[in-house]
Amino acid sequence: MTDAMTAAITPPATAMRRAVDTLALLLVMLAIWEILHRIAGETALPAPIETMSYLMHAVTTARFAENAAATAEAFTLALILAYGIGLAVGIWMGAHRLSGAVGEPILVSLYSLPKITLYPVVLLIFGLGISGKVAFGAMHGILPVALLTIGAIRAIPPVYLRSARSLHLSPWQTIATVLLPAALPEVFTGLRIGFTVTLLGVLLGEMFASKAGLGSMIMSDMSLAQSTDMIAVAIVLFAFAAIANAILLWIEHRLHRKV
Amino acid sequence: MTRTGLIRLAVIVASVAALELACRLGLIDHRIFIAPSEMAGALFKLLAAGSINADIERTLGVITLVIVLSIVLGFAAGLVIHALPRLREALDPFFATYYAVPIFIFYPVLIAIFGLSPLPIVVIGVATAVVAMIIATLNGLDRVPRVLLKVARVHRLGRLATALTLQLPAAAPYLFTGIKLSVSYGFIAVIAAEFILAPAGLGRDISDAYADFDNRRMYALILFLLIIATIVNAVLHALDMRFAERRSGGRA
Repeated sequence: MTDAMTAAITPPATAMRRAVDTLALLLVMLAIWEILHRIAGETALPAPIETMSYLMHAVTTARFAENAAATAEAFTLALILAYGIGLAVGIWMGAHRLSGAVGEPILVSLYSLPKITLYPVVLLIFGLGISGKVAFGAMHGILPVALLTIGAIRAIPPVYLRSARSLHLSPWQTIATVLLPAALPEVFTGLRIGFTVTLLGVLLGEMFASKAGLGSMIMSDMSLAQSTDMIAVAIVLFAFAAIANAILLWIEHRLHRKV
Repeated sequence: MTRTGLIRLAVIVASVAALELACRLGLIDHRIFIAPSEMAGALFKLLAAGSINADIERTLGVITLVIVLSIVLGFAAGLVIHALPRLREALDPFFATYYAVPIFIFYPVLIAIFGLSPLPIVVIGVATAVVAMIIATLNGLDRVPRVLLKVARVHRLGRLATALTLQLPAAAPYLFTGIKLSVSYGFIAVIAAEFILAPAGLGRDISDAYADFDNRRMYALILFLLIIATIVNAVLHALDMRFAERRSGGRA
């Protein structure tokens, strides 16, 4: 559906009302937070307004910047690995029928395992530093990227591949000019989900065993009973994930509409 | 078994055998990884000695509680939200982003609020799993044929009776998707929470064994959890296949 059509169906007044409702709901949530704060007390759960003003100040501190940089570095590397390996496995198993039939169910069952149990193994192999959490984050992201890429490539009409063959395209040219453009919308869905779970993987890794990063910052805040700082960090991470997801969703919808 | 099934089995057996061989030959340091047969042996000893029974009971109990709460609360919330279209529209953006943000990082906050007990684990588990159930309930209720609701009105059924005797069974195949997701989210959240920080439980056990360099125990426990997760997934998958048949039964 195009933007014009959606706009024609939902009059601006309705869209406006919807936005107001969502905002009202957000206010209700803040009110619940405030009530919980009154019940739980200052040390356990700080008040929303206090947290927000603290947040503005906290993001400018050196401690926050250092940890955010550590998480950003690990996340970027993990994402590159997850996308690279996920796409490679996905293209291979999507394009080669037998490998896909053999491999896909294995990937599906790996995807549904609680990967957190494997973190000690990752730590033993890669060590406690940045490589451990990068590997753990990538481990989360590879599977959805690979699985959705397999599905996307399988859904390509066979006639596209036949025309690629009749044009004598090399395997590389086939991937770059036929397979990827045709599969892009679904592949992008995989990249979006991969983004989310990779971030979660890196943060979990930092929470369990790491001296740097926002995940470990939250854990040390907890042991020092610094609730305000802890919630401030959580809100920053929430905001980052939500905004990134909204942007990726927007691109995804545009890609789907084009096909 | 089909040919692809045989090849798949061969691939899995070969990988495990290669791992076993590499460990036995000392190609992989036993401080990093132990042979699969050793893991199985260590797990058998742990189970036979009964030393992890209390933790198994505790962890599986918490997981069951989380799953039951998520399914019941999720279905109830789904019914309410479905009956209030305006609330549903307002909630839509929240549902769309819920699983994109790392909810789990709130676990330490919950510990700060509730203290170190099973309570924060149950709360983070339900918080992770319940939304999937709500979304599935909304999807399922959208697909309940209008005529059924008219039948309910003809029979003068109350709200609750309509929900339980009519909407629940009619939406069941779709609700199952929610149940499946709730089970796997609940499982992952509880294990992760125990792993990061908890007074006891299998996740805590693994993290202790890791800290003590007790690899045999650690790998035995990991193997145990992976076996449980695989069994649960297999059961859910088998049920899902049957529901999928029912979903497409009318149309196919």
